[in-house]
Amino acid sequence: MAAALRTALLLVLLGCSYLFVVHPYWFPAGASLQSVMIDRQFRIAFWVFGGLFILGHLILVFVLVEKAPADGKPAAGSWRLEVTWTISIAVIFFWFNISGERLWSSMMPPERQAAEVQVEVTGAQFQWYFRYPGADGVFGRTDPQKFARPEEGNPLGIDPSDPAGRDDVLSTAMIVPVGHTVQLHLRALDVIHSLFIPAMRFKQDTVPGMEIHSHFTPMQIGTYEIACAELCGLGHYRMRATVRVVSEEDFDKWMKAQEAAVLSH
Amino acid sequence: MSSSTQLTNAFTSQSRLHRFFSTDHKVIGRQYFFLSLAAVLVGAWLSLLMRIHLVWPKAAIPFLGEIKPENYLAYLTMHGTLMVFFVLSTVPQAGFGTFFLPLQLGASKMALPRLTAAGFWTALASFMVLTISFVVPGGPGGAGWTQYPPLSAISAAGPGQGLGTDLWLVSIGLFCLSSLMSATGFLVTTIKLRCPGMTWMRMPLTCWSWFVTSILILLAFGILLAALVLLMLDRHAGTSFFVPGGLVISGKMVGHAGGSPLLWQHLFWFFGHPEVYIAVLPAMGVTSHLLSVFARKPVFGYKAMVGATLAIGALGFMVWGHHMFVSGMNPHAGFAFSSLTTAIAVPSAIKTFNWVATLYGGKIRYTTPLLFSVGFVSLFITGGLTGPILAQPSLDIYLHDTYFVVAHFHLIMAMAGLFAIFSATYFWFPKMFGRMMNERLGRLHFWITLFGSYATFMPMHLLGIAGHPRRYSDLMGVQYVAAMAPLQKFITFAAIVTIAGQIIFLVNLFWSMRKGRLAEANPWQCTTLEWTLPSPVPPEGYGGREPGVNHGPYEYNISGAKEDFIMQDAPAT
Repeated sequence: MAAALRTALLLVLLGCSYLFVVHPYWFPAGASLQSVMIDRQFRIAFWVFGGLFILGHLILVFVLVEKAPADGKPAAGSWRLEVTWTISIAVIFFWFNISGERLWSSMMPPERQAAEVQVEVTGAQFQWYFRYPGADGVFGRTDPQKFARPEEGNPLGIDPSDPAGRDDVLSTAMIVPVGHTVQLHLRALDVIHSLFIPAMRFKQDTVPGMEIHSHFTPMQIGTYEIACAELCGLGHYRMRATVRVVSEEDFDKWMKAQEAAVLSH
Repeated sequence: MSSSTQLTNAFTSQSRLHRFFSTDHKVIGRQYFFLSLAAVLVGAWLSLLMRIHLVWPKAAIPFLGEIKPENYLAYLTMHGTLMVFFVLSTVPQAGFGTFFLPLQLGASKMALPRLTAAGFWTALASFMVLTISFVVPGGPGGAGWTQYPPLSAISAAGPGQGLGTDLWLVSIGLFCLSSLMSATGFLVTTIKLRCPGMTWMRMPLTCWSWFVTSILILLAFGILLAALVLLMLDRHAGTSFFVPGGLVISGKMVGHAGGSPLLWQHLFWFFGHPEVYIAVLPAMGVTSHLLSVFARKPVFGYKAMVGATLAIGALGFMVWGHHMFVSGMNPHAGFAFSSLTTAIAVPSAIKTFNWVATLYGGKIRYTTPLLFSVGFVSLFITGGLTGPILAQPSLDIYLHDTYFVVAHFHLIMAMAGLFAIFSATYFWFPKMFGRMMNERLGRLHFWITLFGSYATFMPMHLLGIAGHPRRYSDLMGVQYVAAMAPLQKFITFAAIVTIAGQIIFLVNLFWSMRKGRLAEANPWQCTTLEWTLPSPVPPEGYGGREPGVNHGPYEYNISGAKEDFIMQDAPAT
């Protein structure tokens, strides 16, 4: 039975290691400035904690090896070992923790910075809306209870009497220029949603009653999927959208066309 | 003779009904055991339905037909609720604890026996209210066991958000009351009913973990109860604790104004994180106890174990914000919660070290309870090591609400917890039912469950790393999620095999109750006081004889002793 248990634990160890070496699924290729830092931190985590996983199981297998009974009283503890172990593992954990804290502080959303690209993201059951402030750089006031008319092209309830809102551009895909920090203003119309862009390593809940500011910096031209990551009801699984990262010229062209369309409307 | 003993005696001499409504802690412990057994069967059945629906969405289930998205959300809510409340926080604490805490302390009854009994009947009422939601219009709620408002606060937000959610709130409210009653009895029993010689540092580690868990229950469930009342008021009394103004849900204007959805998350997780330790501390206690028994060695570092238990209990109340890194909570708070969460990993690592050191150099007896205890240690290492990763806000941004988290908490809380429940069942079965469980079936059950748990939950890490969000009823809504269907299929196969393997446990359990080999008083050669009593424990417990304790709980292989163990109540040497 001892041999069987040891073999079983080794099989578990081998199976798990095999799974992670082969890893049929892994991170999508990173496409943002932040993804480089996060992926690096995850690689550290992977090796440190993967190593501890292997070491832990090897030791567990080792202690199950039958020993000649020790002479006299079996060890009922040892403060020296206890303290050594506690300090060693605490050093590893806190070294990793501090490296993570430094990363968080470098990525942490600063107080509403003046980035070039401003996008307001609104989550609604089960649809994402992206709004740009237009040429005036100011988002129009909204009041969904008074003005929201999805069928008339005003799902967010932009106040028609607010001049700042007249040139606002609304889109169901997020279009952003490559290489620029995108400042996001996240809101929700009904329940909590969560904007998850795996390729950008970005996730932020959108909470009704709050406007949350966050940012990311796309570095690769391409189209990336957005998924909802907070259970929001029946259609949670299909609350999908895309981010299209385009060149600066294409972005300007698109924005001009949208603004012209909005103003002629 | 005290009035409550008189009452108990009066009951036992009366009808079957009175015996059923017993204040005997042994009867109540068994009642909790069977309540959890019912809950775990329903919970496992629901997880099977979910796994089948994910990979064969059109499959027709006998009697149920095709599973619809609203059913899936209802199942995941009920699965989480049943497993967290009625299984993981019930059987290790209220089940085994109610039965064995007094006996291990040398007492024949719980302090406050009627309160303890009321605790069980309230838990049963809570379970019934929850199960009724399966048959009400709209079915059970579908907002998950965490019930984040506004989804849980506004009935227009989805099917099941009406009556189903009301029943959920009533049920869990009752469960809070039940836990508070049970924990009060535990605390008073531990403080007042220890027999002569049973000093704090002679208590088995099981008693220490039940004691600390009871403190956590008193502090945490009160908060949850308050939060549930506030949510109920938001739903029916027009208050706005959790619902802000200006919402439009399903085309309807919501009349609330001024509430904060984040307030619920703070209250919920202030309960919810200690809850994790409420589930796992008794499991740790059982594992520490059994590793010593079957390695025939004292627990390595008893005092360090007690200290780690207390440290985990205290730190457990300071880490709740790690559930909220992407919730919109002030990002500066992330720093504190990240470091505090890392801190709680240290006492957990101390425990792991001591378990391994307890096994080292032991004359290990490879019984089924030992196998499951070693399985617990393995799962605890595996599930625990992803904790410090998720504790980093910058990594959690990506991994939060993906299958990586599902893998993490299922390994560390659900599977490790379940392994401890199994080891405790195989171990204490003779004391509870008077017969031994079958070892051959027990071992077979262990192999299937060990490989099955790993095969089910390890691959979920990869899904999470690839960005698969959790709580998706359908894989086809997002393209990159749809691409992961083959691995989801593998997980479903693994889950089916694992759950099917539990039939072996059920057969063993019920067969052994009737036909198992009759157990002698101390079949495992343990030192603790419950093994001085005949198996099963007679209704009167120690009767008039109060045991006296002269030894620590883990005196195995002490040189100079006749046998390889010394009972706690043996004469002083």
